[in-house]
Amino acid sequence: MNTLHKKNSTSLLSGVKLTCIREERLLFDELSLQIHAGDIVQVEGPNGSGKTSLLRILSGLSQPYDGQVHYQGQSISRCREEFQQNLLYFGHLSGVKGEMTAEENLNFNLALHGNNTEDSLAYLAKVNLLGFEDSLASHLSAGQHRRIALARLYQSSAPIWILDEPFTAIDKQGVASLEKLFIEHANRGGCVILTTHQDLISIKPEQVKKIVLDYSS
Amino acid sequence: MTLEAQSVQSTENLPAQTNKPIPSSQPLSYRRAFMLVLKRDLTIAMRHKDDIINPLLFFVIVITLFPLGIGPEAQTLSRIAPGIIWVAALLATLLSLDRLFKSDHHDGSLEQMLLSPHPIFLLVLAKIFAHWLITGLPLILIAPLLAVLLHLDENSYGALVFTLLLGTPVLSLLGAVGVALTVGIKKGGVLLSLLVLPLYIPVLIFATSAIDTAALGLPYSGQLAIIAALFFGSLSLAPFAVGAALKVSTN
Repeated sequence: MNTLHKKNSTSLLSGVKLTCIREERLLFDELSLQIHAGDIVQVEGPNGSGKTSLLRILSGLSQPYDGQVHYQGQSISRCREEFQQNLLYFGHLSGVKGEMTAEENLNFNLALHGNNTEDSLAYLAKVNLLGFEDSLASHLSAGQHRRIALARLYQSSAPIWILDEPFTAIDKQGVASLEKLFIEHANRGGCVILTTHQDLISIKPEQVKKIVLDYSS
Repeated sequence: MTLEAQSVQSTENLPAQTNKPIPSSQPLSYRRAFMLVLKRDLTIAMRHKDDIINPLLFFVIVITLFPLGIGPEAQTLSRIAPGIIWVAALLATLLSLDRLFKSDHHDGSLEQMLLSPHPIFLLVLAKIFAHWLITGLPLILIAPLLAVLLHLDENSYGALVFTLLLGTPVLSLLGAVGVALTVGIKKGGVLLSLLVLPLYIPVLIFATSAIDTAALGLPYSGQLAIIAALFFGSLSLAPFAVGAALKVSTN
């Protein structure tokens, strides 16, 4: 049904005939998509249309009912380590531990994914959390939790960013700087796949590819 | 309106600042990944002291209640001491298992671990080792003291410590498989006990038998060897089983 075609260059990430069934409901059927370096892809659709399921399948967290996900033409189950080194997934849950400070959380997340932790304070500053680096995350707000998790984007070595509702609980200014970061990332050869119900402000419509999930049965 | 105007401007400015390459990643190191997760789990446990105190307190309370309930006759107590200590250790471990993956599953850090480029079995092994350090090790340290309370035969102290030293890691390793399988279920507590307790029984049988044999002054190396075999078997297989189970649970 929904396809994004650009055949000439090899795609960074592609889905081949993905089918997803949840609770005996068909969310999408034979969905094929190709994502190239430099793409910003927005997955759209009403609640329950399978946006999160699609992103989880693309990141390898969930298995599709049918079909395959390929990273640079190779099935992601074949090249797990390489794929995951080049992937940054940000889900509904921020993965921030209340018992650790903002800085410890960020350092752990960076190191876990093989990134440098040297300038972590600078990245906390970029998400407006300077001054909170030694506060336990459990004392911070929901938006600040998301910001701790998102600070990782500034030092990510991964070209593929899969972001599920990255703007939830983030203020306007934060959204603007995130959008700027996405454009920067796309321009330097990365790709961003995101879902959001907000309108993108600084990313121009022609820069964004849309995948609309509206399969209703 | 002003916001829009600003943002358009910022997109136009972009080409000047876009040439910054994607930051390079560090080479992956097994040792570093193991230490990273171990240090994190220990930090969390230190700040969330319930994790350490609860199982230990449970262990102490159960063992101190037995002499009160049964009576202070030294002969009866020393006869049942190995069983009481081991059953209490087993239940204390079971009580603490839930924390192993549940909170990580709840706040999404488990997903992040599954998506990290490091092998899952390594991260899992670090978490299990941390769990043993937090729950198993304190039990081993305090067990000889409680054994005095139960008039354990003096020949048996060595056997008690050795069986606990080899046996409690088995409890953590096998328990982790059960937790990994039930972590996605909202109320998996009963299911967890049903899954895990049967697997604990061999450890219980051989450990108590070793302590009893030691009390008679006989060599107990046979039982110890079997517990050691269980330990190395589960050490080499359980992390892979846990990794696979976690993948299924988060699917």
